[in-house]
Amino acid sequence: MNDERPPPPDEPERPKPAFAPLGTPPAPPIRPRAGDIIHTGPELAVGEADVRSAERAEVVTGTSLWRDAWRRLLKNKLAVFGMIMVATITLASITGPFLIKQFTGLTPHYIPTDIAALKSLPPFTATDGSFSWLHPMGTDNQGRDLLVRVLQGGQISLMVGIIATLMSLIIGVSYGAVSGYLGGRLDSLMMRLVDVLYSLPYIIIVIVLLSMFRSQTARGQLILLFVALGSVSWLTMARIVRGQILSLKNQEFVLAARATGVSTPRIIFRHLVPNTIGPVIVYATLTIPTIMLTEAFLSFLGFGVQPPIASWGSLTTDGIQNIAIFPWQLICPGVTMGLTLFSLNFLGDGLRDALDPQMRKV
Amino acid sequence: MSTGNGNLLEVRDLRTYFHTEDGTVKAVDGVTFNLRRGETLGIVGESGSGKSVTNLSIIRLIQSPPGQIVSGEVVFDGRDILRLREDEVRRIRGRRIAMIFQDPMTSLNPFMKISRQLMEMTRLHLGYSKAQAYAHAVKMLEIVGIPDARERVDGYPHEFSGGMRQRVMIAMALSCEPELLIADEPATALDVTIQAQILELIKTLKQETGTSVILITHDLGVVAGMTDHLIVMYAGKIFEQAPTRELFAVPGNPYTNGLLRSIPDPTSARGTLYQISGLPPDVAHLPPGCPFAPRCDRAEEICSKEFPPLVEVNQDHHSLCHFALEVYAKSVAENSAVERRARQD
Repeated sequence: MNDERPPPPDEPERPKPAFAPLGTPPAPPIRPRAGDIIHTGPELAVGEADVRSAERAEVVTGTSLWRDAWRRLLKNKLAVFGMIMVATITLASITGPFLIKQFTGLTPHYIPTDIAALKSLPPFTATDGSFSWLHPMGTDNQGRDLLVRVLQGGQISLMVGIIATLMSLIIGVSYGAVSGYLGGRLDSLMMRLVDVLYSLPYIIIVIVLLSMFRSQTARGQLILLFVALGSVSWLTMARIVRGQILSLKNQEFVLAARATGVSTPRIIFRHLVPNTIGPVIVYATLTIPTIMLTEAFLSFLGFGVQPPIASWGSLTTDGIQNIAIFPWQLICPGVTMGLTLFSLNFLGDGLRDALDPQMRKV
Repeated sequence: MSTGNGNLLEVRDLRTYFHTEDGTVKAVDGVTFNLRRGETLGIVGESGSGKSVTNLSIIRLIQSPPGQIVSGEVVFDGRDILRLREDEVRRIRGRRIAMIFQDPMTSLNPFMKISRQLMEMTRLHLGYSKAQAYAHAVKMLEIVGIPDARERVDGYPHEFSGGMRQRVMIAMALSCEPELLIADEPATALDVTIQAQILELIKTLKQETGTSVILITHDLGVVAGMTDHLIVMYAGKIFEQAPTRELFAVPGNPYTNGLLRSIPDPTSARGTLYQISGLPPDVAHLPPGCPFAPRCDRAEEICSKEFPPLVEVNQDHHSLCHFALEVYAKSVAENSAVERRARQD
């Protein structure tokens, strides 16, 4: 027992260098201290990090799918470029005409009273030929400011694109979803109808529709244009959605929903349609430029929007008549439209890559 | 309890066929059984033996075409489900008969919050308001043992692990306090420890709520501890039907015998595990005799020629075999020998 006595005072001493090295300045004890910190520190740190990340995961619940997609989209330079361009052009189209009117008094339909100004001025040129900021895109034959007309045309073109796409979205998604989910003979019938409509040259249908119901007012013609374009552009959407639904409807969650007594319409529109949102968004983004291009084409042929309303299509039509003398009348709306279409396509491609699960990388 | 005899569910001569290009697949062919209130019934069998189709037929979830319930009665609480209108069946589904499916990874809608999926049930069937349904959803998640139910209820399925998702499925199935719970291989897709937890959970909840349960599985170990009655299915037919203890102790069918012998026994020194030779038959082209005959050790000439009778080996114990009584007698003899040896040890 007496022999044992000395060790106890030693023993409390022994762990000291390991656990409480703060008071010991010499170099050797620092090493075990560093080792100790590495040993206990990370364990604590990992635990805390786990708790914290778990908390964070709960705060952002559910957005991670979109968050991932967003992150991937931001990595795609072309898509970011497209997104910024689309946003800029949309914003400029919406606010531009208003701002220009505030600062210069120019409207899309303002024809100058000065006889000298009643001619097409090149960009950045005043009536007397000197440099001026008044007309950055020049003026058209009647001396109307081209910039404000291009911006206002952008409103119409974007509106046609978006509204017709929305129409195709509503018709196409419901048609495809119903056809795909119900299946069987009804599905065959509905899809054959789509096939038949597909096989018809849709430009001709649109032209026939537009000329048959030709409206007297410019506004009426515009609405007719939405309807005509929307009613032919839903076919691909219907096929895409049907394909998605076909692969989804045999998943167990649909059976589970049916087993809980959910009605068929509710299963289709509440359970299945939200699951197709990825491909639908991508295809819708790619439909907008297609429809805008079609609108431009129709306006070019004279079936589109009627004057005094301008669209990018009708502006290029006006411009092409004077291409040799006043090239800016074609170039300005043409380049703006081209840039927008490119940007929308880049954005659509970027979205497809971002939302496609097979492309999913870390 | 309008049937009077204490049976919650009576399935009579149920036949579900699938009309395919290869011919008619008789997935369920003349299945008859009863389920008493509060009882747990196990259905075992190999893949493709018709276990799941039987249960999907009970709540009429067979996709038609190609499936068709050709004949039979499913009397649930005195009413034949097969003769009800679609909207009446829908009111039973989820409300009075709920199901849990095999794969928890796919049986929750990936685009819907857990809360919405749970609320859908009570709002649909019990007419709960949003707030009531939400509170009920949280309560159900707590009951099935999901930690931090209040926070997790607004999560999406991908934030849950497999075992957690199966718990959510159970919460969903039980949220309207159904009278019958059909669990279609509820633990097959999960790892063993989680399996045990899930089965234990079903067992406790069953005891608390008094729900009747039909448990489908191909794992005999699972049914042994949980069920009162057992049905062995093969090729769309019931091969043997008995109280669980009796079926394990004294099987009256060569197929059941084979199944029981192919359970690994860790105490056995022998290296190889018994297996039933051959493959399950193609149910689209069944031979005229016993469908198990080509794989059976006991088979004689008659087996491949004549369809076997359903023999009542004793009250509550039926076996589909030409030699049911003989097999049963042998099992009884073996069993008493085993018991004697156990007593001697």
